[in-house]
Amino acid sequence: MKLKLRIWRQAGPNATGKLVDYDIDGVSEDMSFLEMLDLLNENLTNVNEEPVAFDHDCREGICGMCGVVVNGIAHGGSSTTVCQLHMRSFADGATIEIEPWQAGAFPVLKDLAVDRSAFDRIIQAGGFISSNTGSAPDAHAMPAPKREADVAFDNATCIGCGACVAACPNSSAMLFTAAKITHLAMLPQGQPERYSRVKSMVAAHDEEGFGNCTNIGECAAVCPKGIPLESIAQLNRDLIKSMFTKDGK
Amino acid sequence: MRSTVVKKVIMAVTGLIMIAFLLMHMYGNLKMFAGEEAFDHYAHWLKGDILYPIVPQGWFIWIFRTGLLAALVLHIWSAASLSMRTLAVRGPGYDKFKPQAQTYSARTMRWGGILVGLFIVFHLLQFTVKVLRTGFDANAGPYEMFVLSFSTWWVFAFYAVLMVLICMHVRHGFWSAFQTLGLNSSAKSQRWLNLLGIGVGVVLYVGFMLPPVAVLIGWVN
Amino acid sequence: MTTTEEVTHLERLDIPRNLQSPTAPSTKTPTDFFVEGADISDGKAPDVGISEMWKTRQFQARLVNPSNRRKLSVIIVGTGLAGGAAAATLGEAGYNVLNFCYQDSPRRAHSIAAQGGINAAKNYRNDGDSTFRLFYDTVKGGDYRSRETNVYRLAEVSANIIDQCVAQGVPFAREYGGLLDTRSFGGVQVQRTFYARGQTGQQLLIGAYQQLERQVAAGTVKMHTRHEMVEVIVVDGVARGIVTRNMVNGKIESWTADAVVLATGGYGNVFFLSTNAMGCNVTATWRAHRKGAYFGNPCYTQIHPTCIPVHGDTQSKLTLMSESLRNDGRIWVPKRAEDCQKDPRQIPEEDRDYYLERIYPSFGNLVPRDIASRQAKNMCDEGRGVGPAITERAPDGTESKVSRGVYLDFADAIARLGQPAVSAKYGNLFDMYAQITGENPYETPMRIYPAVHYTMGGLWVDYDLQSSITGLYVTGEANFSDHGANRLGASALMQGLADGYFVLPNTINDYLADAPYEKLSAEHPAVVEAVESAKARVERLLSIQGTRSVDSFHKELGHIMWEYCGMYRTEEGLIKAIGLIQELKEEFWSNVRVTGVNEDFNQALERAGRVADFIELGELMCVDALHRRESCGGHFRGESQTPEGEALRHDDEFLYVAAWEFGGEGGKPVLHREPLVYKAIELKQRSYT
Repeated sequence: MKLKLRIWRQAGPNATGKLVDYDIDGVSEDMSFLEMLDLLNENLTNVNEEPVAFDHDCREGICGMCGVVVNGIAHGGSSTTVCQLHMRSFADGATIEIEPWQAGAFPVLKDLAVDRSAFDRIIQAGGFISSNTGSAPDAHAMPAPKREADVAFDNATCIGCGACVAACPNSSAMLFTAAKITHLAMLPQGQPERYSRVKSMVAAHDEEGFGNCTNIGECAAVCPKGIPLESIAQLNRDLIKSMFTKDGK
Repeated sequence: MRSTVVKKVIMAVTGLIMIAFLLMHMYGNLKMFAGEEAFDHYAHWLKGDILYPIVPQGWFIWIFRTGLLAALVLHIWSAASLSMRTLAVRGPGYDKFKPQAQTYSARTMRWGGILVGLFIVFHLLQFTVKVLRTGFDANAGPYEMFVLSFSTWWVFAFYAVLMVLICMHVRHGFWSAFQTLGLNSSAKSQRWLNLLGIGVGVVLYVGFMLPPVAVLIGWVN
Repeated sequence: MTTTEEVTHLERLDIPRNLQSPTAPSTKTPTDFFVEGADISDGKAPDVGISEMWKTRQFQARLVNPSNRRKLSVIIVGTGLAGGAAAATLGEAGYNVLNFCYQDSPRRAHSIAAQGGINAAKNYRNDGDSTFRLFYDTVKGGDYRSRETNVYRLAEVSANIIDQCVAQGVPFAREYGGLLDTRSFGGVQVQRTFYARGQTGQQLLIGAYQQLERQVAAGTVKMHTRHEMVEVIVVDGVARGIVTRNMVNGKIESWTADAVVLATGGYGNVFFLSTNAMGCNVTATWRAHRKGAYFGNPCYTQIHPTCIPVHGDTQSKLTLMSESLRNDGRIWVPKRAEDCQKDPRQIPEEDRDYYLERIYPSFGNLVPRDIASRQAKNMCDEGRGVGPAITERAPDGTESKVSRGVYLDFADAIARLGQPAVSAKYGNLFDMYAQITGENPYETPMRIYPAVHYTMGGLWVDYDLQSSITGLYVTGEANFSDHGANRLGASALMQGLADGYFVLPNTINDYLADAPYEKLSAEHPAVVEAVESAKARVERLLSIQGTRSVDSFHKELGHIMWEYCGMYRTEEGLIKAIGLIQELKEEFWSNVRVTGVNEDFNQALERAGRVADFIELGELMCVDALHRRESCGGHFRGESQTPEGEALRHDDEFLYVAAWEFGGEGGKPVLHREPLVYKAIELKQRSYT
């Protein structure tokens, strides 16, 4: 396959970026999208140009490190992450436009790589259960109803890739925050800190400079793990309840 | 109050109040079809007798107006402060962006909301304060005002267009309010809330536009 | 030492031989490649009965007063299960922890990719499981090449891990009664594997990550993401710090502390293609090795039989599919090479060779991982592989096209159970296969091929997990300790968390009891030396400005390793590989092209440093594989097999851990043997025929 690529190139966080055109030949349809970028980088290296920087690691859709906007869609319309997008989804001769995640809270580091450390800080604000190593009771001491445990699991599958923020016209990280809140709120072990957690995590979300949610639904549509919008409703519900709960602090 | 979610809750609650008001307003307008006397009587009752003797005559309308105004102001305040914040923090915008889920209603909430706000001002100046008179004089009764205004084609057209905007705003706002209040608990409830939102929007549009249509084509005069 | 068996095999392999090579096979013998050193032993495990050992050690270990802990600091490199759990736990205890990872967030460490589950001797099923049984299974699974004392402890603390994780909110699979579900995994007879759908690793890692972030918020852990460790600081034989390169701006910095922990995972990427993440590397442990840490059993690698085959020359990594597929799928290749490119559905039953069922009638498709892997390779070497032919470049430069794949056929299972039942059991794996290959596995048989998956070898550690450098601890896959020559399924997660939550935090205190150690200034000669050598190395990489990309070197190294140090190893092949790697190393340092500058986000430079270390490691792996003239676990030596072609151990000669000491630049590695002593378990030869 022969393709035309338009890729966002930006030398550093403070540099101005622009879309640069590249032609690439010899792409096989079995290649993954990132392998296609590897090939481009190999070609660029051979002509002594600097390769395109992009984040990636596991390349099996679970680490959450990769993520770019391909032709206007976060993760390029693959049902998981962009590393699982294969070139057979593109026509020979197609033009592919590749841009980094855009959000005020995700500054571009270089080319297609962005800084998502704001997510870690949201978790630091309360995305955990305070239980020191060694202090745990037997795992069967507290049964968890299967239905709730399953909802907890569905939300715990979030890989923190940031596609929700990238796709959101408001650059909101509500889906990310809601996934963690719902995961922990559905488990018996998560109850003691349930209401203080939602307050501090939402406060951290806002402080990090993410926009507010306007219930548009772009986030859930591109989420590689299928976290639903109702998780955000769960966050809202818990936040409202926290205002009437003593341990909501 | 600093949390964006709290502001959204305020927006949701005030929005729902205003949707309730719109439904009531629409119901009142439909009284057109009961004739001039019934319509004027209803309008008069609104301004006078409601809740009398619990409150003195004529007070209710002011309490009501104050409440609505407060809802409107809070709605606009929360929308404005959230929007200004979001516009400041969001990304610069993609060269190419393909929406995957958003409805036209959701996309037009911001500027649609501004237009709806301006429309409300116009609407009040037209029928409440009566300074922008569209074909009626200062002493005209409610029914007369209505008929004379909507007999003019451009007034009709203006309302017909603006009501589309309002109903779109309501359509996304309705579902959105329930989502913000945490009442969307499953994929199924999300589908229902969306359908309800569309339903409320359609009902409002049809209900509000029936009397003007009747006026325009001469059923009611 | 060349046997007839091996020659025939090599001829079957059709490996082009380059007789011009300066390292022609016949001129050297294994002993030419290393130097004998003194035997070593673990001096830390108390001399008591195995079930009392860990309690005794915990009691003997000196403690650090809680109020003193905040005066002490620990560096932990890596944020996976072993590193993240240790950082969180030491933070909770009150130490100052400096934690580093190369990813943009600690949540992305490659522990996240483990699918199947985590073993624990909880005996919730009342099916006869116990600490001793898990211990026994692990030692036997490791083909009697692991240290008994460490494995027993692993089995002992395994139950605590499940409690700990549940308390953190890890959403393990549950039954309707609300209690945890377990399944049997990897052919063991008890149901001791806890799981969270097919994403157990992810869920356990997120659990550890949450605890870690909690400590970051509490201020006890300072997290440094996008930092790659490039050097260790050793003062008078004691590890006192590390040097990192900031991957965003290239800054090379030193960090000092009272102890250093490496939890940097395995080195499967030495093969270029593996199921490891792209960034997984050996740099941290290799730098430590060069500064004096012994490397234990580097040649022990695990090759997983059910991976999606390589699709072409541009492939960057391999994807594993759960081994459970072999429960219902039947593995075959065409009997005749000329049928290989035919549509498999058109090949009649009598022309198919269900080779595992043929060779191992009693185990069939469920033979252990290493056997299934090796036989798949044999079939493809015979020219009976299926799927797209991949260009393979022989060391002398000649290229050939070989199909690397065998069929895993569910037609019988679908006929027997119905498609819905098959889909309920394996649907997610079928979907994954369809997404990657674009083929529908319900209609055409899947193609699979073995891939490198885990490395049992790693830095040598004692019972306390301390390496041969005082003050340098190694946990998780990065150490060599628990899996011997082969790892059991669902045991990697167990070891990572056992080391991180329970073992290290109860042994490192014995060392820290003497701390705080003298503070090191940035001007200390050892610090300056480490920083300067790291800087010099970067400068050297950037200054070569050759013609070949870093990836092309990595790929070539991978080819050499896979060919000669993969599933089937021979003396001749390994000697040849060592020569090739030495040539490759020379070419790398004279002809690599690294674009850009240091003071930038420079991924080419990152990879260059890693590949340089992989090349050196590759050579040591070959030397280790060469000296171990026996087959055990994942290490199969052509010269050591039964008449039926099965792995043959030589306990009389090789019942030891090979701990390699760095022999200096250009020098030969020094072999230290740690004899393995089995007191609780009797040695047996395994058999599957």
